[in-house]
Amino acid sequence: MLNNFPLWPQQASTMARHVDALYIFLLIVCGMMTLLIFTCLAYFAARFRHRPGVRAEQIEGSTPLEITWSTIPFVVFMVIFAWGAIVYFKERTPPADATEVYVVAKQWMWKLEHAEGQREINELHVPVGRDVKLIMTSQDVIHSFFVPAFRMKQDVLPGRYTVEWFRATKPGVYHLFCAEYCGTQHSGMVGDIVVQEPAQYETWINGGSSGPLSATGEKIFAELGCATCHRADTQGRGPNLKGVFGKPVELADGRTVTADENYLRECILDPGAKRVKGFQPIMPTFQGLVSEEQVNALVAYIKSISPAKPGEGAEKKTSASVAVPARVQSNGSQVQ
Amino acid sequence: MSMEIAIPQPVERENYLNKEYGVWSWLLTTDHKRIALLYLASITFFFFIGGFFALLIRLELLTPAGDLVQADTYNKLFTMHGMVMVFFFLIPSIPAVLGNFLVPMMIGAKDLAFPRINLLSWYLYIIGGVMMLHCMLTGGVDTGWTFYAPFSTNYTNTKIVEAGLAIFVAGFSSILTGLNFVVTIHRMRAPGLTWSRLPLFIWAHYATSIIQLLGTPVIAVTIVLVAAERALHLGIFDPRLGGDPLLFQHLFWFYSHPAVYIMILPSMGVVTEIIACFSRKRIFGYSFVAFSSIAIAVFGFLVWAHHMFVAGMSVYAALVFSLLSYAVAVPSAIKVFNWTATLYKGSIHYDAPMLYAFGFLGLFTMGGLTGLFLAALGINVHVTDTYFIVAHFHYIMVGGAVMGYLGGMHFWWPKISGRLYPEGWARLAALIVFIGFNLTFFPQFILGYMGMPRRYYDYSHMPEFQVLNVLSTAGATVLGVGYLLPMVYFLWSMRYGKPASDNPWNAAGLEWKTASPPPTFNFDEEPVVTWEAYNYEELDAPRKEEVPVAR
Amino acid sequence: MPDSTVVGLNHEEQDRPELLHHFSTAEQQRDASSLGMWVFLATEIMFFGGLFCAYLIYRRWYFGDFAAASKSISMPLGATNTAVLICSSLTVVLAVWAAQTARRTLLLVSLALTMLLGLTFLGIKGIEYKQKFDEHHVPGASFSFDHEEIPGHPGQYANQSHAEIFFALYFVMTGLHALHMIIGLGIFLWLFYMAWRGRFTPEYNTPIEIGGLYWHFVDIVWIYLFPLLYLIDRH
Repeated sequence: MLNNFPLWPQQASTMARHVDALYIFLLIVCGMMTLLIFTCLAYFAARFRHRPGVRAEQIEGSTPLEITWSTIPFVVFMVIFAWGAIVYFKERTPPADATEVYVVAKQWMWKLEHAEGQREINELHVPVGRDVKLIMTSQDVIHSFFVPAFRMKQDVLPGRYTVEWFRATKPGVYHLFCAEYCGTQHSGMVGDIVVQEPAQYETWINGGSSGPLSATGEKIFAELGCATCHRADTQGRGPNLKGVFGKPVELADGRTVTADENYLRECILDPGAKRVKGFQPIMPTFQGLVSEEQVNALVAYIKSISPAKPGEGAEKKTSASVAVPARVQSNGSQVQ
Repeated sequence: MSMEIAIPQPVERENYLNKEYGVWSWLLTTDHKRIALLYLASITFFFFIGGFFALLIRLELLTPAGDLVQADTYNKLFTMHGMVMVFFFLIPSIPAVLGNFLVPMMIGAKDLAFPRINLLSWYLYIIGGVMMLHCMLTGGVDTGWTFYAPFSTNYTNTKIVEAGLAIFVAGFSSILTGLNFVVTIHRMRAPGLTWSRLPLFIWAHYATSIIQLLGTPVIAVTIVLVAAERALHLGIFDPRLGGDPLLFQHLFWFYSHPAVYIMILPSMGVVTEIIACFSRKRIFGYSFVAFSSIAIAVFGFLVWAHHMFVAGMSVYAALVFSLLSYAVAVPSAIKVFNWTATLYKGSIHYDAPMLYAFGFLGLFTMGGLTGLFLAALGINVHVTDTYFIVAHFHYIMVGGAVMGYLGGMHFWWPKISGRLYPEGWARLAALIVFIGFNLTFFPQFILGYMGMPRRYYDYSHMPEFQVLNVLSTAGATVLGVGYLLPMVYFLWSMRYGKPASDNPWNAAGLEWKTASPPPTFNFDEEPVVTWEAYNYEELDAPRKEEVPVAR
Repeated sequence: MPDSTVVGLNHEEQDRPELLHHFSTAEQQRDASSLGMWVFLATEIMFFGGLFCAYLIYRRWYFGDFAAASKSISMPLGATNTAVLICSSLTVVLAVWAAQTARRTLLLVSLALTMLLGLTFLGIKGIEYKQKFDEHHVPGASFSFDHEEIPGHPGQYANQSHAEIFFALYFVMTGLHALHMIIGLGIFLWLFYMAWRGRFTPEYNTPIEIGGLYWHFVDIVWIYLFPLLYLIDRH
């Protein structure tokens, strides 16, 4: 038991360094503050202990002192806030061309699917040094995808996608935990992140059976008859989906939204909610007719028929707007 | 009961304890002091129930495997531990016991504004408590005390509605206590007792009452919605039906964050009184301490979503709540500095209440500083939902609030019971509590940063967490002993303790100007206040000769 | 042993047995009762506030569906109820004035009328609820809101789940309001009884005053509920 007694988690991602740096800064600042206060307390307690004949000196207060010890901590707090905010922005802004992995959480397991089609359960293989973006949803209750070694965590919600990203820096096997209480086997909803050297990873990923996720999506697109209305050759009864991902879409009720993963998902499961302008409300809902994995595949397919565009447009759509519920009104303005 | 002859050995005067005997004189009392004791008995009972659950939790976590209890049982244990401790111990504790007892006395009143509502408050608490007990005995709840949707609304089979109703009823108890305090403090202060002459204990309870009044109804209505959703499958929080699970979290935390200030503000009030008395001087920066209580109450309503930084909120919302969370830390810091400055050039005595106050200062400082870690967005992502959070809130609620509660119980015990507790045992207990507490919860900060998630009963995938867990459990046993000791010696003192004088600590405050224990209507004559609070200068002024007081 | 009713009493208390022993003066008692009721109403605002908050969020998200659902509840009945409550607030004000000016008959009549109007309100509410029950608009297993057009968007039909959320909030909000009305009726029944017994005078009529405050509050909640629930997108 005493052999394996670490006191600090491993650093295995690019963000880990930043988080640890801020943490150590806080340890130092708070440590100093604790030391200061404890020293004062100890010193005053000893120096001013009751002695017969010596009376306490009544001191009303000191406004300059109050202002000083309010302002200085406040300034320090603002520094911490700013630093924390900067780290947070980095944490919540996935790079534009990150490799995507779709995650479906359910009680009590993690189902993962690489864009290349490889499926995993409770395990995620990733290559060192590559940006990986997880697009996650839950089949039932709220879960949370937590990898301590990467210093990253994001709740996984039913009914929408949430996103997190990382770039692993060290090969190895790292803990994956569910960090949002989800029922009986919450403590059993653990897994491994397997970070491999790129060559090893290539071997692993090519050992997979089914084709890329987008190809699966294309098949489903055909099987479910989506192509009947969403035609690629002419204007059909539904909007042409080629090139739609990431672009602004004008809705029938006048709003404009960005066609991100959450929007596509909502169109499949609740078509009336954000109907595109100029089209009739005739799309049936596929709620209950498709699984989460199938929705993921369809989304991957629709993304694959839009050109990947590095730069501001693509990046914005995968950061703030995806992390926001699909009821975003327009241009990322939040309801919550 | 004859009072005409003054004799050396005091014959027992009539006081609120001996005025009437019999069960009904207690169960139908409207005397705020008796109601305070009714609460004392009840919350102590629930404290030990919650503590028992904690013990089982820590025993399970001694080993990585889940081998003591089953997963479902463990989930119920931490849920019930949280619900009982939060709603049936911490929230009532100081206000319902010390507040009820002392608020009227400290302002020179005969009772609270609404004595019958005060009694109703206790009965609502008991009804809620009985409902919760019944719920626990017939299966319990396994959602965590935070009962997030959709797990609580659509997936668990446990008795959510019953537990929710129990909390709903207890919540009304809390609201009525707050209402009583606010009206009492506004309208029933003795002549001459202006706001700036009030003890800071009163300011703290006033601020607490504001929070109780404005916050508790929101969780009440949240519980109604959860119950409705469970009963009728409505879809308010169910995404499959168009609902939003995050709405639940916002509604829940809108109360539950201010709730933690309900738990700590009264304790801060107690500590202020103790530090002033045992340093023999007025609190440094009276106005700043008074207004910081109000500031905490106000700002406390603006920071709820710092519990939701990884919940799926927008980045911009997260920024706002992080900023505001740092703002709310400032008034707490001000208090700590003012308490410390009060010691400067004081004349410090180390009686048990002061030891608890020192313990509070140390532990609240540490707990509060770890709050700075959590408000930092970049770090929060890593440590939220881990043992870091568990350690943080236990430092504040146990290291802070419970220490303050125990300090206050010791400080006012002579007034409440008319007896002195055994000082030696009390100091020992304070030390044991302090050591046990740190041993239990400090390792959890490390565990949290390492990544041990909350609410895990089995960590066999991460055996490297065991050493720290063993330390934590060892500390918990020590802490348990520390908590049992006061129970024993307080009870002992009621029979065998030395009788206390009116003012054994020579403390400032109107409550010390009447007998220990006090008569039913507190004062023989309505006091008229012409002095500032904490007039220790006068109290310690050397007397020419001792005037024998007829008893 | 001193008699508890003697200790601490002053002349004022002996003249006026309504003065409770722990207050020093009647004015203090009156002020305390009044402040107590205002504080309690503040808590009630927070209680309803949570529901209003949930309602406003979903209404913004699902405006069309909510409009369709709103159209199906009876605006004439709701408007009648609004008028009924406003009239009852008038009778409450009359009752307070009557108590203050020692007009016993008017006091009793006003209190009775208030209760009558309150019962009328509840009766009309009952009719509305029955309507909803018959139309299967009550959330739960037998809920159905099929093929209802969204106002202003012919051919587009409301999402049933979203409509169910509207009705869930409708029933919880109006139900909670009705519960408060029933409690108010109980309070006014008690006030009527006390007035009958001649307990109220120009010097002592605090219960009427604070009972009135409570009734006004319940009225104001309805004034907000009515447009929010009944008047979405009506032309």
